[in-house]
Amino acid sequence: MKQFMSFVTKEFYHVLRDRKTLFILFGMPVVQILIFGFALTTEVKNSKIVVLNMAHDQSSRLLIDQIEASAYFETSRELNSFSQVEEEFKRGEIRLALVIPANFEQNMRRGEQVKLQLINDASDPNTATTLGNYMGFILADFQRMHFPTAPLPMQIVSEIKMLYNPQLKGAPNFVPGVMAMVLMLICVMMTSVAIVREKETGTMEILLVSPFKPILVIFSKAFPYLLLSLVNVSSILLLSVFVLNLPINGSLFLLYAMSTLFIITCLSIGILISVRTNSQQVAMLISLMGMLLPALLFSGFMFPIENMPIPLQVISNIVPAKWYYIIVKAVMIKGLGFMSIWKEAAILLLMTFVLLGISLKKFKIRLA
Amino acid sequence: MEQVITAHKLSKKFGDFIATNEITFSVNKGEIFGFLGANGAGKTTAMRMLCGLSIPSSGEATIAGFDIYKQTEEIKKSIGYMSQRFSLYEDLTVRENIRFFGGIYGLSIPQIKLKTEELLGSLGLEKEANKLVSGLPLGWRQKLSFSVAILHNPKLVFLDEPTGGVDPLTRRQFWNMIYEAAAKGLTVFVTTHYMDEAEYCDRISMMVDGKIEAMGTPAALKQQFDAPNMDHVFYQLARGAKRKE
Repeated sequence: MKQFMSFVTKEFYHVLRDRKTLFILFGMPVVQILIFGFALTTEVKNSKIVVLNMAHDQSSRLLIDQIEASAYFETSRELNSFSQVEEEFKRGEIRLALVIPANFEQNMRRGEQVKLQLINDASDPNTATTLGNYMGFILADFQRMHFPTAPLPMQIVSEIKMLYNPQLKGAPNFVPGVMAMVLMLICVMMTSVAIVREKETGTMEILLVSPFKPILVIFSKAFPYLLLSLVNVSSILLLSVFVLNLPINGSLFLLYAMSTLFIITCLSIGILISVRTNSQQVAMLISLMGMLLPALLFSGFMFPIENMPIPLQVISNIVPAKWYYIIVKAVMIKGLGFMSIWKEAAILLLMTFVLLGISLKKFKIRLA
Repeated sequence: MEQVITAHKLSKKFGDFIATNEITFSVNKGEIFGFLGANGAGKTTAMRMLCGLSIPSSGEATIAGFDIYKQTEEIKKSIGYMSQRFSLYEDLTVRENIRFFGGIYGLSIPQIKLKTEELLGSLGLEKEANKLVSGLPLGWRQKLSFSVAILHNPKLVFLDEPTGGVDPLTRRQFWNMIYEAAAKGLTVFVTTHYMDEAEYCDRISMMVDGKIEAMGTPAALKQQFDAPNMDHVFYQLARGAKRKE
């Protein structure tokens, strides 16, 4: 135990003295969360729209105010005729135009069907759909608030119901994805590079000649990264709760337990890579190309697995990140308990045992 | 005389290639034993077997009385090892390196503290104690490296080309350290390419193509091969080698 502690202390010195590693270790999760949170988001905020108000009554004013009050739209100006709408679109400054018909309030009160027209710039179809949905929600809200007795449906009422993510926020999707990616990168790459570095500098031989058990060499090299990764899990969770306003719905303990399991799976991959390679560059390349890329492609975080051809769907099953991604989404976003994720957890556990088994066997063979 | 290393017909094969071919020798306690040979002669393989890093294909050997097949744990506790490549961590300070190696050899914290002060004093490294090893001159690093290798008072220390790349003066100082340690009863097993260093050894063996072709004191070998110095002895033997690097 004392031997183990001296080893772990030494490992921490290595990590803490290497500025570049430190930066990757603690800077990357923050940078990724911020990039995904604010730059690469599928949310569309502050879209410029115009309103052609033919009603000019109180209800139409209220509706426009409500639209403006949302974070998604910004009414640039009110127009007087259809020809102006087209001009605005041609200038390319607006994404959407809303046309409120004459006698809006009167017709609403009478319970007649009111036809509001939404004109979308569909040159970017995804954005157009998203904006259409946002507007649909606002209109439905408006109706519920001001004309609770009016019969449903109104002219523009979207029937789509967004489970778990009613505001169609991007964060619930990418936070688990970023967690999987960051842990994968840190545990696999850093561990394999750290172990291979000892081989390169020749210190591995010194360690193997010492009474310190080879298997302990491996574990004590991996141990600091387990702790550092847990720090990263915490920083990602803090950022997502306090910066992205994404609450943790499920058990925090379960989330940490599952993260620890995934970290151990990744560490085993890192160990396996380090046992098979002799140079830091090779270890890094394998980690990046062989591990990070599949994690990105097959976790379901960027590309939906259901839409992939069957062979790729099958391949996706051997990517640990996929299972972790499912677990984090279930626990963190949906607030589900262990009973609904035990299968995924069992798969990760099995992968860990297989990977560790192979690497320990290979490690012994190398010694002979 | 107590024998610290005994090897009897020790061999290591890699497929068809016989790296070490039935070597037989013994080393006495407190002796400085030079293990010489050209590159590729099988020195490293032999040394790895003796350290317990590699399992022999056949033959027997004991280190400090322990069997190299069955008692590798005991062997590891009674040997020290310093390699031609660096044995120290460059991004750790002198003190941290001593603490780390003391730690993995199972020394207690008070023991490590005591040893550290002792070592820093004898090497004159008090001022550099908290500096990174990467900032130390090569010669000092090697002396430190040797001291760290014998920190846990082993019976036997393996030095694998310990003086590669240092100037003659530093090499001389390094050898003085070896003599001092040997005088206290430490057995030293050293490989080297410098023939002047071979002269410093009590006894040497010459390996050619996996076999020990000659063994004895430097004086006896010079006489046997009718050579003015060890360089000539080495040339005569190595010229007959079939294996090239």
